[in-house]
Amino acid sequence: MTRGRGMTAAWVVVALAVMVALAAVASTAVSFTRDGIPHLGLLLSFVVLIAAGEFLRLTLPGDRDAAPIGAAMGLAVALVPELGDRQVSYGAAVVVTTVTLGTMLGVAPHAVASRAPRADVLARRLLAVAVAALVFRSVPWGGQPLVERVADWDDARWRVAVAMLVVAVLGVALDVALAAVVRSGAEHAPLGRVALDEARAGVGISTAIAATGVLIAVAARPMGLLALPVFAVPLLITQFAFRRYATVRRTYLQTIRSLSRLTEIGGYTETRHSQRVSELAVEMGRDLGLGERQLLDLEYAALLHDIGQLSLADPIPGGATVVVSRDDQRRIAELGAAIVGQTGVQSRVATIVQRQCDPYRMPMQHELDGDEQIPLAARIIKVANAYDDLVGESGQLSRRDEALERIHLGLAYEYDPRVVASLSRVLTRR
Amino acid sequence: MLQLPRRAWRYLAIVVAADSAVLIAGFGRIGETPPLPTLLIFLALGALAHFVRVPSSAGQTISFSSIVHLAAIPVLGTWGAVLSASLSALFTVGRWSAPVRLFNGGQMGLSAFAAGSTFAYLGGSFHVDTVGGSGEIFTDLVAPMFVATVVHCVANGALLAWMVHSHKGVPFRVVFLGTLKEGGVTYVGYGLFGLLLAVLWGPAGVGPLSAVLVLAPLYVARWAWAQYAEEHEAYERTVRALVGAVEAKDLYTRGHNERVSRASVMIADQLGMGPDRTEMLRFAGILHDVGKIGVPTRVLRKTGRLTDEEFAAIALHPVRGLDMVRGIEFLKEAYSGILHHHERLDGRGYPMGLQGDDIPEFARIIGVADAFDSMTSTRSYRQARSVAEAVEELRRCSGTQFDPRFVDALVTALERQPWEGAPDPVADGPVDGTTAVFDHDDPSAASPVLPPVAAPPERLP
Repeated sequence: MTRGRGMTAAWVVVALAVMVALAAVASTAVSFTRDGIPHLGLLLSFVVLIAAGEFLRLTLPGDRDAAPIGAAMGLAVALVPELGDRQVSYGAAVVVTTVTLGTMLGVAPHAVASRAPRADVLARRLLAVAVAALVFRSVPWGGQPLVERVADWDDARWRVAVAMLVVAVLGVALDVALAAVVRSGAEHAPLGRVALDEARAGVGISTAIAATGVLIAVAARPMGLLALPVFAVPLLITQFAFRRYATVRRTYLQTIRSLSRLTEIGGYTETRHSQRVSELAVEMGRDLGLGERQLLDLEYAALLHDIGQLSLADPIPGGATVVVSRDDQRRIAELGAAIVGQTGVQSRVATIVQRQCDPYRMPMQHELDGDEQIPLAARIIKVANAYDDLVGESGQLSRRDEALERIHLGLAYEYDPRVVASLSRVLTRR
Repeated sequence: MLQLPRRAWRYLAIVVAADSAVLIAGFGRIGETPPLPTLLIFLALGALAHFVRVPSSAGQTISFSSIVHLAAIPVLGTWGAVLSASLSALFTVGRWSAPVRLFNGGQMGLSAFAAGSTFAYLGGSFHVDTVGGSGEIFTDLVAPMFVATVVHCVANGALLAWMVHSHKGVPFRVVFLGTLKEGGVTYVGYGLFGLLLAVLWGPAGVGPLSAVLVLAPLYVARWAWAQYAEEHEAYERTVRALVGAVEAKDLYTRGHNERVSRASVMIADQLGMGPDRTEMLRFAGILHDVGKIGVPTRVLRKTGRLTDEEFAAIALHPVRGLDMVRGIEFLKEAYSGILHHHERLDGRGYPMGLQGDDIPEFARIIGVADAFDSMTSTRSYRQARSVAEAVEELRRCSGTQFDPRFVDALVTALERQPWEGAPDPVADGPVDGTTAVFDHDDPSAASPVLPPVAAPPERLP
């Protein structure tokens, strides 16, 4: 994958976060040496718990790095207005310093084991907390920052919680938005599409993070320091559930990837043919603006596109489906769809496998109803498969041009021109 | 309509009557009358929470309603808590039949009464807004609530167990202790969220909004659990479908992987293996022969004696299988199970000729299960053997080919639960004369014993 625009977006986020952190640490150091450290116990507790949260990080489905407990603690540092009956008076700089310190401590063991999270993930979260802290503790709303105003709302404490919730949601939303910008660049995918995916994937865990941040901040008044760990327990359970979910998703993908090699080990297809087709197909799908769920269907279908060959008694020589007769191609597609259909859950994938060799025939496509139309994923696989059959393992430039030329010959009848254009774009990026 | 035996109806009537009696006689005596808006909020929360269920261990589910009922105690007072618990079960959304609603209403009300009385007896405070300071919170709220939660769990378990007993005739003790053992800790754990809810409602002064804040992460957790369950099911079906496609090459081995998996799990259960390892073993069983895809169909279906090269092709299938599943992290220990499932204790197996304890445990278990299923299935050259005959053969080869521990475990398991073996393929469909004469899994089939294919015996990492 090329790393042009994407890396730029990631580096901008990281650079911004580093600057914010440095400024905050410097300003905190100055104020602490001048005035002493207020709320030392509270801040140290937060550092420890943020570190613990970062240590307990997990990878959510879709390869999303997350540290829910750390994130919620970060929000709580920004939001906590009172501890017991004492006002908590530190400013946004102290919040950022605390979170920076805790994050670094929590990430250190992972870094030692050389599985440190990506820098932009940490940067995003720090920026989210910084914004929440600024809005809640520094920006004056009618003359006073929110944190001081809410102290007067003693008759209706629920309003305090609502104000905090609004700020917390702002924070997690910023985190998700930054994630979308970074991912869109890195994957050459349209921002709107990626933003939708990120929002969909993040809404659950982000809600839980925001709610927990508020819970801790609100409970610190009656319960004191004890509120910090105790009110993080619901989120711990959430995190546990997400871990299981993410694990099974990962296992699923690994299993399909592994078992897609059945055809190659059985001598039906060339080595790594299915993997190459699926990698190419996913790149094209992303380029054409498919969403995350559709991309996953596309990947599964591409990995399994030749699985129908298992039902053939004898392997086709060389396994190339583009050079066998149309009837054979169709039979393999049908047999493959039957196998995938047996799973009973992957009906979309089965349809894609089934339609993978249907010719495009442009004039008719527009007239067809939704059901009749060949799914975009199937059209992508048709092109990716043809390309790989023609180029093979070598990927030499001369063969590449030759293959593109042959595919161009079938344009508009055999292949969808939009998809072929996408193939050209993807190949020039490689 | 639910079909209940008479004594179950009688029990239902007693529970409902007792709950009503508590509400009528206790009015004004067990706690103050709560303000109507707060009562209505708890009622609504309770009614909704019945259908937000989370899994506990052992496949049971626990609803969030106990969280709400427990939080109601300090906030509403005992009487209010009993009323809201009873009514919320009665008017809950969803498809409960009338008797279930009635019984759950009575049962929840009585549990709340038991918990509320405990809370009051231990000096719990019913004026949550005025509880302040960490020390007071602990003595007036945390400690009494904890005990009340345990009482709630026990009362709820006992009332339910008696219903199961009168409905299905299962001994009360068995149901009661079983429920407590499997779900007790989770129940109390979730019940403590009621405490968090109460602290937030009263001392922190957040009121009804606290329900949103406490229940939101739990609701999201439940969503993730549901996703997990769905994805897990999809995963399993997909593996089965793909393995089935490989199996389809040979009529006689249809369902073999599935049965080997089942027999392996029977052995694992007998040995008291933990759930995670058992799950891994289950998948290892399903996938153990997946490498057979690399054996030419011609060889698999060959009638007549195999040449040495053809046998070598078969002997390679565990290596191919491992090669294929290596990318699946979760199977970790299963890798070695797949690679070595044809090793023999005496070192004359393949692919590496490992001996005794050098053969990984999973491989030894699958080896036993594999041979057992092969013998109890029909082959073109012989009929299926009976379970007793197969067991005898396993015993005969135990110590040389099979690990006696696992043979014993399988035999014990077979005594406890019947074995549903392979269907007779001849009865199921026509035999086209292209099925194997030699079954590589069959210990009694005369087969050449090969020198190890892959040379130095090495354990997998």
